Amino acid sequence: MSHSAPDPSDAHGSVYDGLLDGAVGDSSQWAFGTDFEDPLAGVDTTVPEGVDPHALATYCLMLADDALVLSHRLSEWCSRAPDLEEDIALANIALDLLGQARLLLARAAAADPAVVPSLPEGSPVPPEDALAFFREAQAFRNVRIAEVANGDFAHVVVRILLVSTVRLALLVRLADSRDTVLAAVAAKGVKELTYHRDYAGRWFLTLARGTEESRSRLVGALDLLWPLYAEMLAAHPVESSLAETGVGVDPTTVATEVDVVLEQVFAVSGVDRPDRGALAGVRGRTGRDGLHTEELSRMLAEMQVVARAHPEGRW
Amino acid sequence: MTEREWPLYEVFVRGKRGLNHVHVGSLHAADDEMAVRHARDVYTRRNEGVSIWVVRADAITASSPDEKDPLFAPSGDKVYRHPTFYEIPADVPHM
Repeated sequence: MSHSAPDPSDAHGSVYDGLLDGAVGDSSQWAFGTDFEDPLAGVDTTVPEGVDPHALATYCLMLADDALVLSHRLSEWCSRAPDLEEDIALANIALDLLGQARLLLARAAAADPAVVPSLPEGSPVPPEDALAFFREAQAFRNVRIAEVANGDFAHVVVRILLVSTVRLALLVRLADSRDTVLAAVAAKGVKELTYHRDYAGRWFLTLARGTEESRSRLVGALDLLWPLYAEMLAAHPVESSLAETGVGVDPTTVATEVDVVLEQVFAVSGVDRPDRGALAGVRGRTGRDGLHTEELSRMLAEMQVVARAHPEGRW
Repeated sequence: MTEREWPLYEVFVRGKRGLNHVHVGSLHAADDEMAVRHARDVYTRRNEGVSIWVVRADAITASSPDEKDPLFAPSGDKVYRHPTFYEIPADVPHM
């Protein structure tokens, strides 16, 4: 950008006027956008009848960890994107996912406090942070496509496209969950993921129809990530059982819809659907069971090191 | 390959309570659609906007600083063009 960003302190006819209305008389809390909505305002937080609290917590961890782990991978792009504008776009997506992860981790902790790692007596670390920063890799329930190390820009575009297409389809259905907290989180996430999918879809097309170089990078990234795609659409027993009680969504039920969306993107981009098979689990266990690639351990080591060094720290 | 920059766009955002689009800055994008997306990502992150306009900077014709006097000085002494000699009723908005 050749111009400086708008000066928020310039009160004369700025587009940012009126944002501080809610904070009148409390300028110490100065920040943009005081009109924020609390997605959980007025939502009933009791666990719905007939639902096993531990299963609900585990399901929340699955949805939360997908978002948390991918959010961290996207954060690693900070300052490394091809343009400042793309840098901010990726950071925005990362923050959307982090917001979803926080709400879902908090829901997991509320549903079943036993899933939260225990910390020293008197530690001020809230349960959502304890879950994010004090669990080992094998306690994470995310699909592996969220955790593998970053590649080039085409790689992040393909990853966002595949993950957001599946997650959007899941959350659209989850917005009707019997669990009112999950329903509220999903309703908020749908708008965010619609944008993520749009962002990635546009870049997919642009790279595919761009230069020879951009196209070969894109096809290479798709080929690399494709074996991890099927895992997102497989149902773990926890997902199946919660779907039966009207709380969760069985991923197999969105597979057709997701495939149709991806086929459209592939067709308009002139890219063939890869024919590589799915990456196998180990003795039937995959990311949802806590079976991960080494890359997750390395990522978590970096993500968690500061919080773990100061378990009684205040942030 | 020669290094080519994306064209520059000027960005205008209409705020939640704003009546008109206000210039907020500029950015680079490959085409008009991408410019709208970039503007959303760069300039409305803090809950500011409800509408975005983008226009390629090279499509804007600007007045020249050299013309400042002939263009603007003549209106400098015509105070009667301002409605300062009227009482404006309190319920007239947006004056």
